[in-house]
Amino acid sequence: MMTLKQSRRLQSVALGGLSWLIALLIFFPILWMVLTSFKTEIDAFATPPLFFFHPTLENYIHIQERSDYLHFAWNSIAISFSATILCLLIAVPAAYSMAFYETKRTKQTLLWMLSTKMLPPVGVLMPIYLLAKGTGLLDTKLALIIIYTLVNLPIVVWMVYTYFKDVPRDILEAARLDGATLLQEMLRVLLPISKGGLASTALLSLILCWNEAFWSLNLSSSQAAPLTALIASYSSPEGLFWAKLSAVSTLACAPILIFGWISQKQLVRGLSFGAVK
Amino acid sequence: MRIPANAWLAAACLGLAGPALAAETLTIATVNNSDMIRMQRLSKTFEEQHPDIKLNWVVLEENVLRQRLTTDIATHGGQFDVLTIGMYEASLWGEKSWLVPIKDLPADYNLDDVFPSVREGLSANGNLYALPFYAESSITYYRTDLFKQAGLTMPEKPTWEQIGQFAAKLTDKGKDQYGLCLRGKPGWGENMALLTTLANGYGGTWFDKSWAPQFKGDAWKNALNFYVDNMKKSGPPGASSNGFNENLALFNSGKCAIWVDASVAGSFVTDRSQSKVADSVGFTFAPHQSTENGTSWLYSWALAIPASSKKQAAAKTFAAWATSVDYAKLVADKDGIANVPPGTRASTYSEAYLQAAPFAKVTLESLKVANPAATADKPYVGIQLVTIPEFQAIGTEVGKIFSGALTEKMSADQALADAQSRTERDMQHAGYPK
Repeated sequence: MMTLKQSRRLQSVALGGLSWLIALLIFFPILWMVLTSFKTEIDAFATPPLFFFHPTLENYIHIQERSDYLHFAWNSIAISFSATILCLLIAVPAAYSMAFYETKRTKQTLLWMLSTKMLPPVGVLMPIYLLAKGTGLLDTKLALIIIYTLVNLPIVVWMVYTYFKDVPRDILEAARLDGATLLQEMLRVLLPISKGGLASTALLSLILCWNEAFWSLNLSSSQAAPLTALIASYSSPEGLFWAKLSAVSTLACAPILIFGWISQKQLVRGLSFGAVK
Repeated sequence: MRIPANAWLAAACLGLAGPALAAETLTIATVNNSDMIRMQRLSKTFEEQHPDIKLNWVVLEENVLRQRLTTDIATHGGQFDVLTIGMYEASLWGEKSWLVPIKDLPADYNLDDVFPSVREGLSANGNLYALPFYAESSITYYRTDLFKQAGLTMPEKPTWEQIGQFAAKLTDKGKDQYGLCLRGKPGWGENMALLTTLANGYGGTWFDKSWAPQFKGDAWKNALNFYVDNMKKSGPPGASSNGFNENLALFNSGKCAIWVDASVAGSFVTDRSQSKVADSVGFTFAPHQSTENGTSWLYSWALAIPASSKKQAAAKTFAAWATSVDYAKLVADKDGIANVPPGTRASTYSEAYLQAAPFAKVTLESLKVANPAATADKPYVGIQLVTIPEFQAIGTEVGKIFSGALTEKMSADQALADAQSRTERDMQHAGYPK
């Protein structure tokens, strides 16, 4: 008969196995994309799908020859980071006032802000397009920075608000008693306490900006086009393209994956810091 | 130090001349296919020949390109100087004066060399609105080895009935071999391109002369029943989601015995680097049934200049170069004669080209007889499409209904009745007959 210890070990192994299985299922599309990027087009289309094949770099060479990857990557970096910074600059004061100076309409305001996310983007395509055209911002990074900032602002305000709500008011009051101004209170007390939460919010905003395709495809053409536009250019109505599309998708995902992986440690560290433990 | 007055004058002149000497940058929107990517690569030659013109490429997937260009041209956005469009857009946008009429081409352009059917398809009100880059028809691809093994002979001009019989004999589902591969993916440019030519072959049209939908007629009934029955009997699994690329992959991997689709696939199925059956592919005309009229479609990717472009002269220079005989020669020199953009010019079809591209003769003959013009019984321009603004929505809606018939969501007769009522409703809303 199984002892309690054995039973717990078995349970732990089963749970571990299940976790691995779920993780693999979630990771599989990325793995398959990377594998396909090293196949020939005919291998990429093979049925049943090939797990073992002669790897080739021809798709990456083709992309290197046809497209200016660095131009698109730079646009993605400039737009995503700028939009994230701008978003946080607006969201932090907004969330501060909502979290620490709550009125009876704060909750409704937050809900209203979030409700704007329910509007399908295509519904406002023409007005936004005409505005961008009228202000001469079509195919500029500035247009995409503004749009991404506005699109992500509701989520960012909500997240920062949630983190600020967890900060005890006593700490801020103590700072005020010590003579801190509003700016000092925010910069020297509130932000260091919430830097873990702010870092997670910034990373989420960055990923959302990086992956955004609808506005980038509609408002940019050549000068401001980010990596999502580069990916779209490799889909073809006539001819096999899966391997090339996988290669360009891998190249587009790589920077943000690497950035997320590097900042993971910082994020965990940031989250474990703080005045209240 | 004193600077002489004439030095100041020279500097001022250079300063004024500077902007005039600066290169104009053309933004070209194009679709991602092998011919267009080749054009992008070879356009360095154009830039060398025209140092005052620089080219900026925006390559997009076909549906994204259509949506993007429609938004830009309808709002006079002016983001693009050269557009890659099809016959459908060329005539509709030309009529609305969104495109610049192409006139005063260089003497050596030789517009008469361009096939009349292609010129006609890109014109509206007697004006040419786009220069054809390449054109395609639809043809029948079949496996010569499988036909030989089964003791079958493909006629030069097969009927759909014969195609159905051959397909049934060549189907061996146990071996993953399917007799007939046809488009099933819904869309006005997907399954409806094929199904419209199929119905044309049975004597059908989309509308009669008073713009009444014709899905209730025998022609559509016979055509759709043939399609559904034979695809169930001899088609691959999941045919309702197969478009050009999926069928190309099936054919190239040896799983299709017969495939009726765009002539542009000829270069893919004979390319050993991507086709396992490159050496055993036969080509013949698209099938017909009671008539040969409208059984091969006509489509062209062409270069047009939007009225909102501020660089129309430079744009015309580029469009003329990319669609010229000289460009065809450049492709032949650099990439081989078989890769010359097909279907637009009579001069392309030299003996050397016909030798290098075994599918070229059938394509040429199909293009010669393709006639998209309106007739006394058919009020619209177009073979596999109807050149009216409402067709994109109607065609895609009907495509979804017919694709549903393949998945057994409904019978062919139910699908036709549904298509009839929806099209009647949409046409009434659009104000037809006009």
